[in-house]
Amino acid sequence: MTSLPEPSAIKLGLVIDLDICVGCQACVVNCKEWNTSGYGAPLSDENAYGANPNGAWLNRVHAFEAGEGETAKTIHFPKSCLHCEDAPCVTVCPTGASFKRAEDGIVLVNEDWCIGCGLCAWSCPYGAREMDPAEGVMKKCTLCVDRIYNENIPEEDQVPACVRTCPTNARHFGDLGDPNSEVSLMVAAREGFDLMPEQGTKPVNKYLPPRQRRQTEGAPMSLVAMADAETPKGFWKWVDSTLEKLG
Amino acid sequence: MRPAWSIIFFTSSSGLGLGLAAWIVLGLVPLESATHLLAIAGFTFGLIGAGLFSSTLHLGHPERAWRALSQWRSSWLSREGVLAVVVMAALFMWFVYVHGGAVPPLWASAGVLTLIIATVYATSMIYASLKTVARWYHPLTPICYLMFAAAGGLLAACWLLAMTGQHVTAAIQQSTLLLLAAAWGVKLIWWRVAGASGSGSSLASATGLTALGEVRSIMPPHTSENYLQHEMGFIVARRHAEKLRLLSLGLGAVLPLLLIWLAPLSAPLLGIALVSHIAGVFVERWLFFAEAKHVVSLYYGEVH
Amino acid sequence: MSVEPQLDTSPKVGDEVRKTTCYMCACRCGINVHLRDNKIRYIEGNRDHPVNKGVLCAKGSAGIMQHYSPARLQSPMKRVGPRGSGQFEPISWEEALSTATEWLASIRKSDPKKLAFFTGRDQSQALTGWWAQQFGTPNFAAHGGFCSVNMAAGGIYTIGGAFWEFGSPDWDLTEMFVLFGVAEDHDSNPIKIGLGKLKGRGKRVVSVNPVQTGYAAISDDWYGVTPGTDGLLIISLIRELMRSGNIDVDYLRRYTNAPWLVIRNPGVENDGLFLRDKDGEPQVLDRATGKPVSHKIAGVSVGLQGEVKVKDGGVAVPAFMLMTEAYMDDRYGPEEVAGIVGISAQRIRQFAADLAEAAFAREVVVDQPWTDWKGERHEKMIGRPVSMHAMRGISAHSNGFQTCRALHVLQLMLGSVEVPGGFRFKPPYPKPPHAHPKPAGRPDQVAAGKPLGGAPLGYVLGPEDLLIGPEGEPQRIDKAYSWDAPMSAHGLMHMVISNAVAGDPYPVDVLFMYMANMAWNSSMNTRGVMNMLTETDPETGGYKIPKIIYSDAYSSEMVAYADLILPDTTYLERHDAISLLDRPICEADGVADAIRWPVIEPDRDVRGFQSVLLDIGARLSLPGMVNDDGSAKYSDYGDYIVNHQRKPGIGPLAGFRGTNGTSEGRGEVNPDQLDAYIENGSFWHTDIPEEARYYKMANMAYQDFAVDMGFYDNPQPYAFQIYSETLQKFRLAAEGHGNIQPPDHLRERVRTCFTPLPTWYAPFEGEAINEEDYPLHALTQRPMAMYHSWGSQNPWLRQIHGHNPMFISQGLADEHDLVDGDWIWVTSHHGKIRVPVAVMAGVNDKTIWTWNAIGKRKGAWQLDEDAPEAKKGFLLNHLIYELLPPKGDGQRWSNSDPITGQAAWFDLRVRIAKAAADEPAESAPQFAPLPRMNGMAQPDKTLRYGLKWTSNASSAKGREKKGKTSS
Ligand SMILES: Nc1nc2c(c(=O)[nH]1)N[C@H]1C(S)=C(S)[C@@H](COP(=O)(O)OP(=O)(O)OC[C@H]3O[C@@H](n4cnc5c(=O)[nH]c(N)nc54)[C@H](O)[C@@H]3O)O[C@H]1N2
Ligand SMILES: Nc1nc2c(c(=O)[nH]1)N[C@H]1C(S)=C(S)[C@@H](COP(=O)(O)OP(=O)(O)OC[C@H]3O[C@@H](n4cnc5c(=O)[nH]c(N)nc54)[C@H](O)[C@@H]3O)O[C@H]1N2
Ligand code: SF4
Ligand code: SF4
Ligand code: SF4
Ligand code: SF4
Ligand code: SF4
Ligand SMILES: [Mo]
Repeated sequence: MTSLPEPSAIKLGLVIDLDICVGCQACVVNCKEWNTSGYGAPLSDENAYGANPNGAWLNRVHAFEAGEGETAKTIHFPKSCLHCEDAPCVTVCPTGASFKRAEDGIVLVNEDWCIGCGLCAWSCPYGAREMDPAEGVMKKCTLCVDRIYNENIPEEDQVPACVRTCPTNARHFGDLGDPNSEVSLMVAAREGFDLMPEQGTKPVNKYLPPRQRRQTEGAPMSLVAMADAETPKGFWKWVDSTLEKLG
Repeated sequence: MRPAWSIIFFTSSSGLGLGLAAWIVLGLVPLESATHLLAIAGFTFGLIGAGLFSSTLHLGHPERAWRALSQWRSSWLSREGVLAVVVMAALFMWFVYVHGGAVPPLWASAGVLTLIIATVYATSMIYASLKTVARWYHPLTPICYLMFAAAGGLLAACWLLAMTGQHVTAAIQQSTLLLLAAAWGVKLIWWRVAGASGSGSSLASATGLTALGEVRSIMPPHTSENYLQHEMGFIVARRHAEKLRLLSLGLGAVLPLLLIWLAPLSAPLLGIALVSHIAGVFVERWLFFAEAKHVVSLYYGEVH
Repeated sequence: MSVEPQLDTSPKVGDEVRKTTCYMCACRCGINVHLRDNKIRYIEGNRDHPVNKGVLCAKGSAGIMQHYSPARLQSPMKRVGPRGSGQFEPISWEEALSTATEWLASIRKSDPKKLAFFTGRDQSQALTGWWAQQFGTPNFAAHGGFCSVNMAAGGIYTIGGAFWEFGSPDWDLTEMFVLFGVAEDHDSNPIKIGLGKLKGRGKRVVSVNPVQTGYAAISDDWYGVTPGTDGLLIISLIRELMRSGNIDVDYLRRYTNAPWLVIRNPGVENDGLFLRDKDGEPQVLDRATGKPVSHKIAGVSVGLQGEVKVKDGGVAVPAFMLMTEAYMDDRYGPEEVAGIVGISAQRIRQFAADLAEAAFAREVVVDQPWTDWKGERHEKMIGRPVSMHAMRGISAHSNGFQTCRALHVLQLMLGSVEVPGGFRFKPPYPKPPHAHPKPAGRPDQVAAGKPLGGAPLGYVLGPEDLLIGPEGEPQRIDKAYSWDAPMSAHGLMHMVISNAVAGDPYPVDVLFMYMANMAWNSSMNTRGVMNMLTETDPETGGYKIPKIIYSDAYSSEMVAYADLILPDTTYLERHDAISLLDRPICEADGVADAIRWPVIEPDRDVRGFQSVLLDIGARLSLPGMVNDDGSAKYSDYGDYIVNHQRKPGIGPLAGFRGTNGTSEGRGEVNPDQLDAYIENGSFWHTDIPEEARYYKMANMAYQDFAVDMGFYDNPQPYAFQIYSETLQKFRLAAEGHGNIQPPDHLRERVRTCFTPLPTWYAPFEGEAINEEDYPLHALTQRPMAMYHSWGSQNPWLRQIHGHNPMFISQGLADEHDLVDGDWIWVTSHHGKIRVPVAVMAGVNDKTIWTWNAIGKRKGAWQLDEDAPEAKKGFLLNHLIYELLPPKGDGQRWSNSDPITGQAAWFDLRVRIAKAAADEPAESAPQFAPLPRMNGMAQPDKTLRYGLKWTSNASSAKGREKKGKTSS
C-alpha cells in the first residue's frame, strides 16, 4: 500500500551546506554516473548529441542570488529528493510503486510497478522526481540505497555517491532521526532548515544557511594600527625601533 | 502545467459521459425501444470509455495500468480508477436491467448515481488534492468538475431527446439553461478565486534564504530544458489566457445558451450547442492546466 | 502496512578496479575505474591520492561519456579536399608515420627551424621539449604563453615558484585566504577541498573578482574589482600595510632582497643594479658598522635604511628604501585609487586591516626547530597565516606580469610565503630563475641535422640571454625571447600561426601541433586564424603554411585544418607520465608523481601520441631515440618512461627506482617500475622530512633533501626577489646602455614597463580605444563542469552547459531595456558578435561576462548542426584581436604583456546594443558547417548507458520506439 509507514526511528538523509557549495556540479554528474547503471533503469538521455539534449537526473544544482551591487550574494543550491516524512509523492501514487521504507525512511520507486503516470512528480514541491525519457518510469534519488548498505563496497565508501565525491565537503549523509548523530548535531549547531515547510512535507534532508557577509558600511577596522607610522617619517621611526628589537 | 491532450480529453469526455449517465439514471431520457437504449447506452459508454482509454495514453507503461487500481486507500488517482471500473459495471447492469423492461429499484438507481458523483469527484480530487498547484488546491475545484458534468450531461441529454424525437419540456429547457449558466458561473468564480490563491510558498521559502533579501534565480541547473520545466514549467501568457477564457465562455456558455433558448426542440441546433459546449470545455480544461503554476517553478525563476 | 519490494542492497559494482590518473582536465586526480564486462561501470576518486583525496569533479565523473564519445577519431587520416573542408581519407599508420617522417626529415637536413612544434595542454613536456631539442628546432612551446605565463614567470622571477603545480595555500593553518580572479583553475579539486576545509574551520575567504560565481560566491568578502586594476589595488594595500607598520620586517630582512643594496647612479649603466662584492655577491648594510657586507654572511644585523657611497660613482641604498619611496606615495592612497579599481576607499582599508589582523594578530607557531642556509638555528617556525591564489584573472592582462609580481610582493610584505599558514611551495619548487636553464635558440645553437644547443624554453636573466640575431631580429617563430617579449618563459603559442603566415620573422614548412584547438576557442581572432590556416601564396598557389600535422583524439574544429591527422587515444587507453621533470603532482608536504596506463584497450586504429612521437623520432634517427644500430630505442612511451634517463639515475618517474624498486628520486632503472606504480594506485609519494617542510628556499634540511631527490645537484638557497635586477637590466638597455638594445619603437615600452619594483599601468587595449566607444570590459570564466571545448561532445556535460548567455548587470539591462533571453550585439574594436543575455547582480557594473569555449562550430564534435552549442552558444574570441588598435606609427602592436608575451585576453573592451526585433535568435557569426568526421554515422539519439547491468534491462523492450538506443 502506498500509505506511509509509521515514521521510522532511523531517518536517513542528507545535510547540504550552502555556505560551502561552490556549484561545481560534481555531485550532479557523479550521481548520474553511479545511478545510470545502478538502481532501476539507466538514467537515459534523449537527443544526446542534438538540439535540446535532455535526460533524467536525480540531483541538480541551481544558482540564485540576493542583494544588489557590493552586497549581492550568489548562492549555489543543490537539490535532490528530501525523503520527506509526509511524502505526498508516496500517497498519490496509484500503483504502490512509490514507497517509503519503513526501516530507514528512504523514499523509492519500484520501477517494475510504476506506470509512469507522473502524478508523484506533480505532488512533489521540490522537483525531485523526473520521468525517465526512454524507460517511461519515474526516477528519483535513491539515497544510494545500493551503496550505503553495499557489502561489496569498502565501509568508508558506503555513503551516497554525491557525498563521497563532493570536493568541498558540502554534503553530509547520516541519520537525522538520531539527535546525537553528526548530521543532527550539525543541523542543531548551524540552524539547519527545511525547504518549504509550509508545504507540510516534513523533509528529512536539511540545509545549512550561508554565512552572512559583513556589512560593508561602518564595518569595524582592526588594522593593528601603528598611528605614528602614518607618515613616512613615523614609518622610519617604527622600522628602526623594530630593527632594534630584532637586533 | 503542461496541458496534455490525453488528459484534457479524459476529463472532459468522461465527465460529460458520466453527467449524461446521471440524467439517464434519473429517468430523464426515456429508453423506449431497444434500439434507443442501445444507441444511448453506447453513446454514454463511448464518452466515458474513450476518456478513460485516453487517460492511459500518457502513461509510460499503459500495460501496467491495472496496477493503478490498488492504492485506493491513499491515492485519488487510484480511487478514480477503481470507481471508474465500478461505475461502468454498475451502469452496465443498470442498462441490462432496463433492457429487460423493468424499472430499476430506487436503491439501485440511487447507488449508480452516487457512484457517478463519486467518480467525477475523484477525478477532480486528483487535481484538487495537489497542494503544489495552488489554484487546483481549492474547494471549488471539485464543484466545477461536478457542475460541468451535470450541465454538460443535461445538454447531451437534451440533444438525445431531440434526436430520438422526444419532447424537451420547458422545464428541462430551463433547467439546462440554468445549470449551464451555473456551471460557467462557478467557473468564473473559480477563475477569480482559485486563480488568485497563492501556494504560500515563495523562492525565499523554497530556498530558505529568507535572511538575504529578495532571492532570484540566475542560472537554471542545466541549460537544456528538463522534465520538470517541460512538465511543470508551462505557463500561458496572461494576454493569451484572457483571450482563451473568452473563447471558452463563448463556445461553452454563450452560444449553447442562445441556441437552447432559441431552439429547444431542434436536434441539429442542440447538436451544435453540445459540440460548442464540448469545445468550450476543452479550452477551459486546457487553461485549467496551462494557467496552473506548480511551486517547483519557483526554483526555475518563475514569480508566483 | 506497506508491502516493500525486496531490494538487493549489495549489488556488485564491477569485475575489477583499475587505478589511474584522470585527464578530463589538467588537474591530474587519481581515479578508480570500475570495469564490468570490459566496459566502464563507474569512475570515482582515489582516496589515497595526494591530489584529490577521493573526491572527483563533474568532468571527472563524466569520463565514461568522453571515453565512449562518438567524436573519437578512428584512424590516421590524410586530407583529400581543400584545407578546412574537413574532407579526409583514412590511411594506415605506416603511411601516416612515413609521411610525417618524410616531411620532417627534409627540414631537419636543411633548416630545423622550419618545424614549428607546439603542443597545447601537454602533460608530457619533458618528452615533447626534449624531442624538439633533439630535432633541433627552437620553435617549441606548449600553451603557457597564452594561458598564464604571467603568473608562472611572475612567480618564478619573484619567489622562485608560483601557484598551482608550484605551490598551494597551507590549507590546514591559514586564517585568511585571498583569491584574485580564479573561476576554476588547474588546481580544481585541491582548491575546492581547501575551501571546504577553510569554511569548515570558519576562516575568512576573500575573493577579488569582477564576477561573483563559484568560489567567489562562498567568499566572506567579495571585492568586485574593475578588470585590469588589481595591480593598483594591491599596491594600495601594500601602502596601507606599510603606513600602519603591518609588515614583517624580520622576514623581509632575512628571506627577501629588500635589504640588498641598489646602486643609484642615474644615467649610468650600473644604475639600479645591485652593489656586489668581488665574488659577485650582492651586499647588504651591516647595522653595527654601517658598512656593506655580502648578504651571505651570518650573524650580521642587516639594515633596511642607509646609504653607502659607491666607488665608481653614485650611492647604494637598500632596495627597501626604494620600495618605501615607490609605494608610500600618495597616488596609491585608497581614495586616489578607489574610482579606478571600483572599490571604495573604506573597503580597501578594511581589506588591508583584515590582512594585517590575520597575519600579525593570528600568528601561528609550529614547534619545529630548523636551520637556515646561513647555519642559524631557529627554535620554532613562525607563520603569518595569510594565503593567496591567483591565475588568469590577473595574468591575462597586458599589465599581468607586474600585477603578479605585486601580488607576490604583498605576500612577502606580510611574511607569508613558505611559512606555516601561508603560501607553500610544492617540490621541485622553490627554484629561482637562475636555477633554471636558459633558453636555447640563438643562431649559433641551431644547425642543420643537429640537436638544439639546449632546451628550447628557459629563463633569461638579462638582454644577453635573448634569442635574437645580430640585428636584434627574433629567432623563434613566435618571437619569444626577443624584444617583443623578452621574458616569455612559455613561448607565445598564440602568435605562431599568424607569424608563420606573415613570414615574420620567417615562414615555416611544417606546423606540428598536438592537443590545441587553434582553429576555434584556443585562438584570439578565431575567424582570422581560420583564414590564415587556409591562406595560399599567390605565387606558388600553395598554402602559406605548407604542411600541418595535428594530433587530436576527437573531431574538434582544428582537425579540419590538418593535412595529416595522428589520432590519439583517450586518457584511459595510454601511458603517460606526470613527471618531476615537468609538472608533477607534489604537495607542500610531499614529493609525488604519477602515471596513466591503458586501463582499457583502444577499439580503434589509434595510438598514444607520445608513442607516435618516439616512433617518428626513431625514424628520423634523433639522438637518444635510436640505438647504435639505428633501431628504435623505445618500443613505446611506456618503455621510454621506464628506461629513459635524463641524467644517470634520473628518469621520468622518481618512484620505485633501483633494481629492487626501493630507491626514490635517484636510482637505477627498474624494469618493473610501471607495475609498481599500478600496484600503488598509479602514483608514488614520499613525505618531506618534518624539519624541511617550511622555509624551503632557506631551509638546509630541505635543500639537502632536494639534492637527494635529484631536483638539483647542489643546494640552491636564495632570497626572494622583491627588487628584480633582471627587469632593471632590460630597462637599462632601453635607456641606451650596453650593446644589446631594443629597437627604437619598443624602447619606451621597455623603459616604462620593466620596472624593477612591481608597478601598475593601465591595460593597453583600454588605453588605445576611446572609453566612450567601448565603455565595458568583457570577460570569460571557466565553467567548473566543462573543460574548454572537450566537454561539448559529452552528452552529460552538454546538458549542463549547452549554450552560454552573456551575463550583464541589472544596471546595464535597464539602460538597454533588456531581459533574460534578449539578444544583443557586442562590439569591440575588432569585431561584432550577436549573443543572448542573462541578468545578474554579482558583477562589476562595468563588466559583462560569459562562460568560455561553450560555443561550437556547426558539425564539429559530432554534434548535430542544430545543437545549441552552435545555434545559441558563442565565442568571445571573435572580439579579441591578437593586435592592439593601430597607433598610427605603422607598427603592429601585439595584444600581449610586453614582458612575457602573455596573451591579454581579459583586456577586451566592448559596447553593447540590443539586437533588432526581426533578427534571428541565433548567435553570430556562423560558419559553414563541418562535415561529420571520417564518415561517422549520426550518433545514437537516445543513450541508455548501463542498460545491460540494470535490473530493468528486460522491461525496457517495450520502449524502444523512441529511436535507436545504445548502452
Ligand atoms: N575567450 C577566451 N579564450 C580562451 C581562454 C579564455 O579564458 N577566454 N583561455 C585560453 C587558455 S588559458 C587556454 S589553455 C586555451 C585552451 O584551449 P585549447 O588548448 O585549444 O583547449 P581545448 O578546447 O581543450 O582543446 C584542446 C584540443 O585537445 C584535444 N584533446 C583532448 N583530449 C586529447 C587527448 O587525449 N589527446 C589529444 N591528442 N588531443 C586531445 C581536444 O579535442 C581539443 O581539440 O584557450 C584559450 N582561449
Ligand atoms: N572546469 C575547468 N577547469 C579548468 C579549465 C576549464 O576549461 N574548465 N581550464 C584550465 C585552464 S587551461 C586554465 S588556464 C585555468 C584557468 O583558471 P582561472 O584562472 O580560474 O581562469 P578563468 O576561468 O579564465 O578565470 C578567470 C577569472 O578571473 C576573473 N577576472 C578576469 N579579469 C580579472 C581581473 O582583472 N582581476 C581579477 N581579480 N579577476 C579577474 C574572471 O572573472 C574569472 O573569474 O583553468 C583550468 N581549469
Ligand atoms: S559537489 Fe558539493 S560543492 Fe559541488 S555542487 Fe555538489 S554540493 Fe556543491
Ligand atoms: S522531496 Fe519530493 S519526491 Fe522526495 S519525498 Fe519529498 S515529496 Fe517525495
Ligand atoms: S509515476 Fe510511477 S511512481 Fe509516480 S505516481 Fe505514477 S505510478 Fe507511482
Ligand atoms: S544520494 Fe545518491 S541518488 Fe541521491 S542525489 Fe546523492 S548520489 Fe544521487
Ligand atoms: S579536476 Fe576533475 S577533471 Fe580534472 S583531473 Fe581532477 S577529476 Fe579529472
Ligand atoms: Mo590555460
